[in-house]
Amino acid sequence: MALATNTKRRMVTASLVAPAVAWLFIFLVLPFIAMLVFSVGERAPEGGYQPAFTFAQFANLPSRAAAFWNTLFLAPVGAFICLIVAYPVAYYLAVKANPRYRLLLVSLVIVPFWTSLLVRTYAWMYLLGSRGIPNLLSMVGFDDVRILNTHGAVLLGIVYGYLPLMIMPIYVSLEKLDRRLLEASADLGAKPVSTFFSITLPLSLPGVMTGLSLVTILLLGEYLIPQLLGGGKVFFIGNALVDLFLQSRNWPFGSAIAVTLVISVVFVLLIAMRIAWKIAGTRQVDLV
Amino acid sequence: MRAFISAVYVFLYAPIALVVLFSFNAGRNASEFTGFSTMWYGKALGNTFLVAALQNSLIIALTSATLAAIFGTMAAIGMERLGTRTRAVLDGLFAAAIVVPGVVIGIATLVALVEVFSFLNPLLNAIWPGANPPQLGLGYGSIVAAHGLFSMALVTMIVKARIASLGRDIVEASSDLYATPLTTFRLVVLPQILPSVLAGFLLSFTFSFDDFIIAFFVAGSKTTLPIYVFASIRRGVTPEINAIATLVLVASLMMILIARILMREKKTTN
Repeated sequence: MALATNTKRRMVTASLVAPAVAWLFIFLVLPFIAMLVFSVGERAPEGGYQPAFTFAQFANLPSRAAAFWNTLFLAPVGAFICLIVAYPVAYYLAVKANPRYRLLLVSLVIVPFWTSLLVRTYAWMYLLGSRGIPNLLSMVGFDDVRILNTHGAVLLGIVYGYLPLMIMPIYVSLEKLDRRLLEASADLGAKPVSTFFSITLPLSLPGVMTGLSLVTILLLGEYLIPQLLGGGKVFFIGNALVDLFLQSRNWPFGSAIAVTLVISVVFVLLIAMRIAWKIAGTRQVDLV
Repeated sequence: MRAFISAVYVFLYAPIALVVLFSFNAGRNASEFTGFSTMWYGKALGNTFLVAALQNSLIIALTSATLAAIFGTMAAIGMERLGTRTRAVLDGLFAAAIVVPGVVIGIATLVALVEVFSFLNPLLNAIWPGANPPQLGLGYGSIVAAHGLFSMALVTMIVKARIASLGRDIVEASSDLYATPLTTFRLVVLPQILPSVLAGFLLSFTFSFDDFIIAFFVAGSKTTLPIYVFASIRRGVTPEINAIATLVLVASLMMILIARILMREKKTTN
């Protein structure tokens, strides 16, 4: 009897997770294996792939060094600028804001994250284009200012696009902060500045780490922002991948780059987790 | 500090507001507002390519979000009953589905499907009795599969968080009162997790509706709304794009607001 119910229970559990497991296997695990196989293959003369076992594709990675440098430089720098802008906002929302408006203000931060990045980036194309801000600048005497299609424009787009994702985890960690610690610190005669640096900041570090790693990881795979605001002059790995798969059709080389990209994402994750372990008590992040 | 915070909010919303404003511009010139008009909305909605792209996007978003909501919820419930090791493996796979960049998901799906199709299509040709054997190709199916992967992971994450906050006592009370497990699920568990399932569905819908990069790789000859918008931006900025962009914004705004209201309810009922 007990055995029968146990078997039944197992079958129910198995059928509950079966569709998800099948989906994960067919559309995540299998494609990854395919990509690994492609990355050690050769380009067929007419484009596409032919089977082989060679590391020539990986040896060829330096030919796309510019895309790697741009990504590996601008992703962390962009994430760091995001952090500098995001921290005061998160601090204000969690500590200073009037509780009556807090929910509304927090919603206003999250909503842009869930609206089309394409449309939001397009808005900046519009603003930075010759009829936007440069046009205004020329009215006050600064002629021929070019913003669109520069590294600066791409950085601006990055900060704009990913700011909500940086604010949220920091807000969550600051909101959970025990206020009595701040009062105790003040009662013991600490100045607000030293309370901030010895209590608030250290306790919000898990949120800071989550934000930094989330934003950096997403930026490593970014395509739209450099494409629209960099105008083909500021190339990311994502742009190289689109070129290799959809234009020049060198799939094995593209796969090698994609595999390298995944390895760098895992690398960033591992660093973030190591640091997170050192700072005791990581917290769950509400992204919604 | 307040000035800085206000500036950040202006920074977040001013570009969007500008696009919305200029979508109502009567003139063609993008740098000056010459009068109020809904002309560009008429033009956009009269554009058959655009309407077809919108239709594709809606079909794909609805299908992938529905499948993700059902399978993701089933997985979230099932995972509660799994052994710790199996659960850890599944957790890892779901995390990978969320964290791996969209560009890589798109590429991997493209590469795998093209290989599978090039193996299956000759096979279909050989065994098909009729004159015109069906050919498998990229399209609705491949986009739904790739979008569903991320969405399912998202739904599972949201519903799991909800289940974790559920009180076990009412489930036990229900079975003590001789309710069958199925009745307990229907009358006790389901009503409590339903808001999070719906929120997961809406977020999945929004994700699929807004996604450009994954669809760009696996769409084949199909055009989704973001792919259409991207192509029009390449052809040059016109007020018509502003109108489409505004419509896209309004659609996702409504979804996310409803999702947030549903998620908030969970906090007050606790």
